[in-house]
Amino acid sequence: MKLSEQWLREWVNPAVDSNELSEQLSMAGLEVDGVEPVAADFHTVVVGEVVECGPHPDADKLQVTKVNTNDGELLDIVCGAPNCRQGIKVVVAKVGAVLPGDFKIKKAKLRGHPSHGMLCSFKELGLIDDHVGIIELPEDAPVGKDYREYLGLEDHSIDIDLTPNRGDCLSVRGIARELGVLNRLDVNEPEINDVSAKIDEQKAVHLDAPEQCPRYLGRVIKGIDVSRPTPIWMSEKLRRSGIRSIDPVVDITNYVLLELGHPMHAFDLDTLQGDIHVRLAAAKEKLTLLDGEEVELDDDVLVIADEQKALAMAGVYGGKDSGVTVESKNIFLESAFFAPDAILGKARRFGLHTDASHRYERGVDPQLQRTAMERATQLLLDICGGEAGPVTEAVSEKHLPERANVKLRSARLAKVLGVQIADDEVTEILQRLGLEATYNSGEWQVQVPSYRFDIAIEEDLIEEVARVYGYNAIKAAAPAAQLRMTDRKEASISRHTLTNALVERGYQEAITYSFVDPKHQAMLFNETAALTLPHPISVDMSSMRVSLWPGLAGAVAHNQKRQQAVLAFVETGLRFIPDESAENGVRQEPVLGGIRAGKAHTEHWSEGERAVDFFDVKGDVEALLEKTGEAHLFRFVADQHDALHPGQSAAIYKGERKVGFMGALHPQHEKALGLNQRAFVFEIELDAIAVRRIPVAQPVSRYPSIRRDLAVIVDKHIAAGELLAAMENIGVKQLVDLNLFDVYEGDGVPENKRSLALSVTLQDADKTLEEADVTEIMTQFVEILKSEFNATLRD
Amino acid sequence: MQLEEIVAQAEAAIANADNPQALDDVRVQYMGKKGQLTELLKGLGKLDPSERREAGQKINEAKQQVQTSINSRKELLKAEELKAKLEAERIDVTLPGRNSAVGGVHPVTQTIRRIEQFFGDLGFSVKEGPEVEDGFHNFDALNIPANHPARADHDTFYFTPSTMLRTQTSGVQIRTMEVEKPPLRIISPGRVYRNDYDQTHTPMFHQVEGLMVDTDVSFTQLKGILEDFLTHFFEESLQVRFRPSYFPFTEPSAEVDVMGKDGKWLEVLGCGMVHPNVLKAVGIDPEKYTGFAFGMGVERLTMLRYGVTDLRAFFENDLRFLKQFN
Repeated sequence: MKLSEQWLREWVNPAVDSNELSEQLSMAGLEVDGVEPVAADFHTVVVGEVVECGPHPDADKLQVTKVNTNDGELLDIVCGAPNCRQGIKVVVAKVGAVLPGDFKIKKAKLRGHPSHGMLCSFKELGLIDDHVGIIELPEDAPVGKDYREYLGLEDHSIDIDLTPNRGDCLSVRGIARELGVLNRLDVNEPEINDVSAKIDEQKAVHLDAPEQCPRYLGRVIKGIDVSRPTPIWMSEKLRRSGIRSIDPVVDITNYVLLELGHPMHAFDLDTLQGDIHVRLAAAKEKLTLLDGEEVELDDDVLVIADEQKALAMAGVYGGKDSGVTVESKNIFLESAFFAPDAILGKARRFGLHTDASHRYERGVDPQLQRTAMERATQLLLDICGGEAGPVTEAVSEKHLPERANVKLRSARLAKVLGVQIADDEVTEILQRLGLEATYNSGEWQVQVPSYRFDIAIEEDLIEEVARVYGYNAIKAAAPAAQLRMTDRKEASISRHTLTNALVERGYQEAITYSFVDPKHQAMLFNETAALTLPHPISVDMSSMRVSLWPGLAGAVAHNQKRQQAVLAFVETGLRFIPDESAENGVRQEPVLGGIRAGKAHTEHWSEGERAVDFFDVKGDVEALLEKTGEAHLFRFVADQHDALHPGQSAAIYKGERKVGFMGALHPQHEKALGLNQRAFVFEIELDAIAVRRIPVAQPVSRYPSIRRDLAVIVDKHIAAGELLAAMENIGVKQLVDLNLFDVYEGDGVPENKRSLALSVTLQDADKTLEEADVTEIMTQFVEILKSEFNATLRD
Repeated sequence: MQLEEIVAQAEAAIANADNPQALDDVRVQYMGKKGQLTELLKGLGKLDPSERREAGQKINEAKQQVQTSINSRKELLKAEELKAKLEAERIDVTLPGRNSAVGGVHPVTQTIRRIEQFFGDLGFSVKEGPEVEDGFHNFDALNIPANHPARADHDTFYFTPSTMLRTQTSGVQIRTMEVEKPPLRIISPGRVYRNDYDQTHTPMFHQVEGLMVDTDVSFTQLKGILEDFLTHFFEESLQVRFRPSYFPFTEPSAEVDVMGKDGKWLEVLGCGMVHPNVLKAVGIDPEKYTGFAFGMGVERLTMLRYGVTDLRAFFENDLRFLKQFN
């Protein structure tokens, strides 16, 4: 909300400058977002009078004028504005003036005619953007007076970002009250008197939905002239408060809205049929809004209606058919209290947000309707003429909010704040806030005025006291608590530890968006349905990820485009798998994912360079598994995945449970993902690797170990992992290490076969192994390789 | 040949021997079974017994002398050989080492880890929660009923009217209090989502929520712990101020500003005393227990700490950006 500082100071004028005033507001919880001058810099601009005005002899669209600025002689000025005419008061930039944009006014000739100055428009002075000819000042504007002084332009527009609880501050009146409290000053409320009725005409008002609208005031005003200009003092106040001047009726309702915080509405009386009903709309009832759009209402929308149809969406927006136009002569003025619950969410539902709905949603003083009505009536009569009828008030007292009566305990205040504020000081603060507080043995009984409808419970009062006392006057102290140790489970591996393990191996941690391009996701995960955001930032950020791979591939693509040669990313986070049986219909599984592409490492003077491959990445995954201390529980099994190369992909099992996948991204996806090199990915469910074995120590053998090497020839398609597992599964207790150290195909090995070389390290806990023992064990290994894998020993 | 002559020849041969083999040849030539000095000893028998003793003594002395020379020559040759070997093995120690590349942790994670560390040291445990959240945990239980204007301020990504991407990690407070009872000290870091994307907003960012509930938790303590945190996080004594604000789930509520290097106040976190309605909603007696809660924007803190100027850089994952934090 923007407000003119001068306007505010008419109500309360603390002896502080603009900055200090803003600071006071911010520190009271009314955050000032900005303080801007209400006019750009300009000078040597004065009030003038057009004494003569005639056509330019050599230009159709120009006029030549003589302008009096009260400094001895008349100025010759050529003007192109269509509204320039003899007798009007204007704004003159004299020779030597500088206008916004560093526009200097010099002596000039226009089509041969001298021009010693310029008649200004609002736009040229940087006041309003629209350009509708030169400014016309009221007849009483004093000729020769500096225009800045005349308009009081040394003013600021203060932009206050109010929190939703402070609906009471959405006005000059509300902010002035706060400033009064903070500066211990009285607020000068303008005198608002009842306007006595000149005519008898009334319109009956029926509260058909008293819970939603417990009070409605209406008044007939006849014989007004909407074509009259809004006085400049009003249009300026509105402008400086961020509201455009439209016509005097709209301007007056806006003025009252800003001044008192009370929304008003005016209907064209002559369009109304019979009595006024404040009622809930019928389902699908239609209403054409002021902006011409027709909406279909719901049965929980409150409307103002006549006997024929809905006229306006109560507290939100007026209707077109009953709207006041420049031709309107007779109006029906509304000043109503709508319950916040009746208005909340309605504007938003229809894509609307108005100054009225903003206030009604947050609350309006339920006792302010008459004051607002009288204020608006008086302004209307003063500006547009006409005669007012009596005020019609329809009220359902029992549905009006009651004034809150709230208890504040001194001990509770001290407990919550942690400081003891003297009781006298608390009493004084409450009173300054306009709260009627009576103190009795450690408690205040507080009567809350109707305008502080945000105060309902003790905590509200505690906050008020703290706020006025000053948050920064409350000392800081260290929290006190019993020293208790927290769980530090030795068996749990944090995701930080896992990320670090890969970081040590050269990975960079990435953070990618949880929503990805549905095209990419569908391509990589054919069979997995994804959760879709109905209203995303953009289509390519609309699908909740079912894997970290789309995001990680994006990170690689981004960097490949930027000439990065070694790419390795790790990310941890949730993947979202739709599942009706899960909470909120989605399984949110924490996973760890990675990707590598480009070179295996930076080119090295002794190592050369090579492209990263499957086994680089598998080594990284195995290093992660080692963290669990139970790497032997995991297996890699050749398996198919839509996203992966059919010959280079493996499922990762922990026991019988599939916990992850790894492999080369399928080459056919590379282009669509923006990748220009082969990329290898993996993803593992975090809970499968987030637990480590607690060691159980075994005695170390004192006897020597013996190594035997074994080379076997097997069919090419036999998985080495299965062969190794078969050897391990025999359960030879002397086997301490089994390592596959060579794989060979080619000369000396038959077609479609390969040679695997294994080292077997044996050690017994209780004795030195004899040659005979070793031979016996090795025979077992060879036998199983022969029987299960049809292996032959290589010479 | 005279003994002296033989010795002189032997000494010369030893000095000329430039490798262990040559030296050994010299040894054999003089001291071997058929060596010249050995031969001389064998010839003693031909001498007169009266001379034999003296001559034998001289020959033995000569042998000893030659043996000593051979030994020292051997030591010298060994030393030279080692020296030559070491010289041959000389390398350029300034050449780059192997496999030195390490990656790095994302700056946002680094900040989260630091925050976890600071609060972990004070006995706060880390809690996590779901990111697809329901209206109860994201709003209702936090005292933000349907249609509350504060909901509109959240720019929520809804899936359905009752499910959404969480707009704050505060829901974890509720999930924790549903199952654990005071005293409670938790922090909850994680991703949150708002439907807003421009220079200063990304649709996803990170928050750390903190909560302490105990019998005597107060606003002064909230101030104390946050001032302490900010001082330690930035590792300097910054000017800090608490500004009244409004969050439906805390009261009194405050926003905390720190004084930037440019002399302007910068908002870094929001906080307050847990609203009694929130405690009641999870069955905690607000008369007995009080609590404070705070929520900080991780990206904002990271930007201030390291001088990052564009929020969006955090999610582009550009290595040239990320590596600066390694």
